[in-house]
Amino acid sequence: MTEPLYSLSISRLAPMLARGEVSPVEVAEAMLTRIKERDGELNTYITVDEPGARAMAQEAAARLARGEATPLTGIPLALKDVMVTRGLRTTCGSRILANFIPPYDATVCARLRQAGAVFLGKVNMDEFAMGSSTENSAFGPSRNPWNRDYIPGGSSGGSAAAVAADLCIAALGSDTGGSIRQPASLCGVVGLKPTYGRVSRYGLVAYASSLDQIGPLTKEVRDAAILLQAIAGHDPRDSTSAPAPVPDYQEVLGREITGLKIGVPREFFGEGLDPEVAAAVQAALQTLTGLGAELVEVSLPHTEYAVAVYYVLAVAEASSNLARYDGVKYGFRAEGQNLLEVYAQTRSQGFGAEVRRRIMLGTYALSAGYYEAYYQKASQVRALIRRDFEAAFRQCRVIATPVAPTPAFRLGEKVDDPLTMYLSDIFTISANLGGIPGISVPCGFSSGGLPIGLQLLGPVFGEADLLQVAYAFEQATDFHRRKPPF
Amino acid sequence: MALTREEVLHVADLARLSLLPEEIELFTRQLNDILAYVEKLQELDTTGVEPLAHVIPVFNVFREDVVSQGLDRDAALSNAPAREEGALVVPRII
Repeated sequence: MTEPLYSLSISRLAPMLARGEVSPVEVAEAMLTRIKERDGELNTYITVDEPGARAMAQEAAARLARGEATPLTGIPLALKDVMVTRGLRTTCGSRILANFIPPYDATVCARLRQAGAVFLGKVNMDEFAMGSSTENSAFGPSRNPWNRDYIPGGSSGGSAAAVAADLCIAALGSDTGGSIRQPASLCGVVGLKPTYGRVSRYGLVAYASSLDQIGPLTKEVRDAAILLQAIAGHDPRDSTSAPAPVPDYQEVLGREITGLKIGVPREFFGEGLDPEVAAAVQAALQTLTGLGAELVEVSLPHTEYAVAVYYVLAVAEASSNLARYDGVKYGFRAEGQNLLEVYAQTRSQGFGAEVRRRIMLGTYALSAGYYEAYYQKASQVRALIRRDFEAAFRQCRVIATPVAPTPAFRLGEKVDDPLTMYLSDIFTISANLGGIPGISVPCGFSSGGLPIGLQLLGPVFGEADLLQVAYAFEQATDFHRRKPPF
Repeated sequence: MALTREEVLHVADLARLSLLPEEIELFTRQLNDILAYVEKLQELDTTGVEPLAHVIPVFNVFREDVVSQGLDRDAALSNAPAREEGALVVPRII
């Protein structure tokens, strides 16, 4: 029996397209039909761009015919609705941008267009990427394809669920405190957060500018390498993008990991870790040992402070970044008697509760008299977290940890308790604070049939190391081959 | 350092947000929970630690001072809630 086109990965589909066994138009139609028939059950898309996808597929076909294809030519992708797309509505999951039509492309979108990819549409997310469940979307929550009573994770929950449910071939997400890796883990797909500065943030709607980074969510590790290759590299339009050379990320795939040192930080295996997650990650460490890797115990002593640091720094940056939504230049405007009232009404009606909560928290942390106690203190502890990683990476090439403390939780379970929700990012946040890359790769399932992910962290610009180890692990296991009962 | 209801209203004003009556109480409680958690940073002695604001060593990015093509005005204004003759329209200020 032949597999349906929508179920394929980039690395399977690209050669079929190149050989002319299937056309980009057929692939795009297969995706659009599946989205139309099935997405209502999961709500992963905010905007499906049928005419745009068809036009891009036609262009891809012409390009393949000219022999000018790249590995992404004709590949249908979903984009988290936080990166701007020229002429295609970009909402950030917010009422305040519900009708925003960007006049330009984010650099990542421009690069994917140049590579000949096909954009299916824009996928769901927690409003302004603030959340861990997609329940903060103004367009309703997405659902986990492994069990629709459960959240898909967040904030890139639409991206992860769409990849897992074969509603796209691959997707882009963004990660400020775990927003690629956590939903990837909870939906059983691969999610890579690159080093800060590896991928341009130009056209990524800003949440916390010193932490935000765009990356791929894919069905397998090789696809993450292919997508990262297409979007990585210096961009003069983002002054924080790194002018460092980009290695060939596929070259390392399949290389043995014999003798490679993997650090296991004891701080990530303590209290609060779900026993089934602990068991799956321990089993993954055994698999890696079986492949010849050497486990070394490392210490990241300031891990327990990471969430506290994040909820000062990220919200402080957010309160400043989100000041631009004032109902004047673009987006929703509420009526008011005077300009101040327009501002306050626009922002109160346009932003959801979590966004307002974080703006309030950030405004307070930066306000006169509190700056030193909060922002400065948190920035100092951030430096200590960074030093922990530098010390650890003198002892090992990569670090292995759980991604999230538990498998997916039920819709509504944590929605009234922001702090508990924040703590679900406890294992992912420190990588953003340290600016280092991290990948989530499927490593097991709970007794309830929900996916569990293994997180690998690397030193600055260590994406190739992560991909090498993740690929070796993936090839030795079959978790990535399981499809959700959807 | 617990936030009072008055401080919450003051912060909302600074952030240009207007809160509904039931939100004032809810936000006061939730913000205090979060701030109490964040308080754990004070356990650490950070004397002499240089604050880290930016993780990659890139400073003062310069380019040649030449004019380049940006967005044209109509495109830049295309999402404005109200515009007139190439300008943004807002309620009377004075």
